[in-house]
Amino acid sequence: MSVAVDIITIVAITAGAFFFLAGTVGLLRFPDTLTRLHALTKADNLGLGLVVLGLVPQAGSLRGGLKLLCVWALALLAGAMVSQLIAREASGQRGDPAMRHDGPPP
Amino acid sequence: MTVASALEMALAAVVLGVATWTIAARETFAAVVGFVTYGLLLALIWVRLDAVDVALVEAAIGGGLGGVLLLGAAARLRVTETPTATERPSATVRVGAALLSAAVAAALATGVILLPDPAPTLAPAAAANATATGLGNPVTNVLMAFRAMDTMLEKVVLLLALVGVWSLAPDRLWGGHPGPRHRADPLGTLAFLARLLPPVGIVVGIYVFWTGKDHPGGAFQGGTILAAMWLLVMMAGIADAPQVSSRRLRIVLIAGPGIFLAVGLAGFAIGSAFLAYPVAYAKPLILGIEVAMTLTIAATLGLLLAGAPERSAGQ
Amino acid sequence: MSAAIVFGLCGAAVAGLGLYGLIADPRPLRKIVAFNLLGSGVFMVFGVVARRGAASGFGGDPVPQALVITGVVVAFSATALAVALLLRLFQVTGSATLNTEAPAGTGTDPADA
Repeated sequence: MSVAVDIITIVAITAGAFFFLAGTVGLLRFPDTLTRLHALTKADNLGLGLVVLGLVPQAGSLRGGLKLLCVWALALLAGAMVSQLIAREASGQRGDPAMRHDGPPP
Repeated sequence: MTVASALEMALAAVVLGVATWTIAARETFAAVVGFVTYGLLLALIWVRLDAVDVALVEAAIGGGLGGVLLLGAAARLRVTETPTATERPSATVRVGAALLSAAVAAALATGVILLPDPAPTLAPAAAANATATGLGNPVTNVLMAFRAMDTMLEKVVLLLALVGVWSLAPDRLWGGHPGPRHRADPLGTLAFLARLLPPVGIVVGIYVFWTGKDHPGGAFQGGTILAAMWLLVMMAGIADAPQVSSRRLRIVLIAGPGIFLAVGLAGFAIGSAFLAYPVAYAKPLILGIEVAMTLTIAATLGLLLAGAPERSAGQ
Repeated sequence: MSAAIVFGLCGAAVAGLGLYGLIADPRPLRKIVAFNLLGSGVFMVFGVVARRGAASGFGGDPVPQALVITGVVVAFSATALAVALLLRLFQVTGSATLNTEAPAGTGTDPADA
């Protein structure tokens, strides 16, 4: 039983780490703000979700597991909101050119 | 090399890399983003050093409020960026600075390597006296009982810093509202977040404060979360920053250090010295001080970030 | 080499980096950020001292840990005051330079005008 739980944990956290890695590579390599946001939200939502999923069986108590899920829920909420705000800024609705440049400043 | 030490070396290398980026980045905005990242990663180092209380403070201050403060300032100073950056000191000064910094770092590193073995520690003394306060978190014991004087003076420093910030207001705006008035879209994303998150954040803040008596957490960490919720509401334009002349606000600001000082002075009468708690009442007294301190910290931090008064009353 | 020593050396290097930025960067806001790095490097060295003092079932000596918490708070309040001073300087002179030989800014304070 505990071996099965450990395997679930290892698989879930490895998958989570993969999404974080992919998201980070995307964040560094994608050409503009909107595609970078796309990469970032994958890492935040799926990566953290899988890590939490892997940690919950190891939490040892119901309270600990619920706390972990709360952390994920709050990160989801904050991530969704912040992505909205950055995307709106980047798409020019607030007209801040500094947020839109696609490379290092001249 | 074990997995754990490889993890620690990787963590130290990443932190060092982000710190270098923070110094070397050309744009201040990028440097501040680097500083926030550095603060969050540093919190992981504190966890690895078994100092979870410090990790919470570092994440809340270095990653949170400090980032808000510096990002706000960087945005307002953006126009000065290019002209000021050209005033680079001469090569001699820069080489000298590099040599001096390398010497200081080397001296610190030597000090770290030559630390005495076995390490001197006050942990046994803290453990032996823990029963006197009835609190399970040794760091809270040190902060609130064994070295309570430091903590009280720290609250006074916070208050003095706020007085300093306020005193930068032009005379005719004295007593007005701090910072610019944030007018956000009342139906926008930020306003939505500022309505959704504070109820959760306030519960988390109070929980972090309350759990600090036996587990990592405490008045400062909880107060910082409360301050963040207040700032979110102010930045979303849902509530304005209060006038700094408000009497109610000022009572909240002095409640923490005031009650701390009152209990400290009462220590002469009921205990044996300044800030000596009678053992039977130590726990309720400490928790009472911490409740007032949490409120004061939340208000002070929120107002420190809001800045000097920039609008007269009612504007 | 123990983990604590690795972080101690990291802290020493961060303190050196912060000191360099404090002296070499002309922009005041960057000096403030660098000063914070310098401070946090010193705190990290102090954290190593705390970790090495682990005894009596504690993971570290709680006294240095408590002092670091106090130090972080004081450093933050100093930073907030420094940023407020800088913003006021910008408001009054229209520039944010510490160079006294630079041509003075507009010299009018829109707030006091």
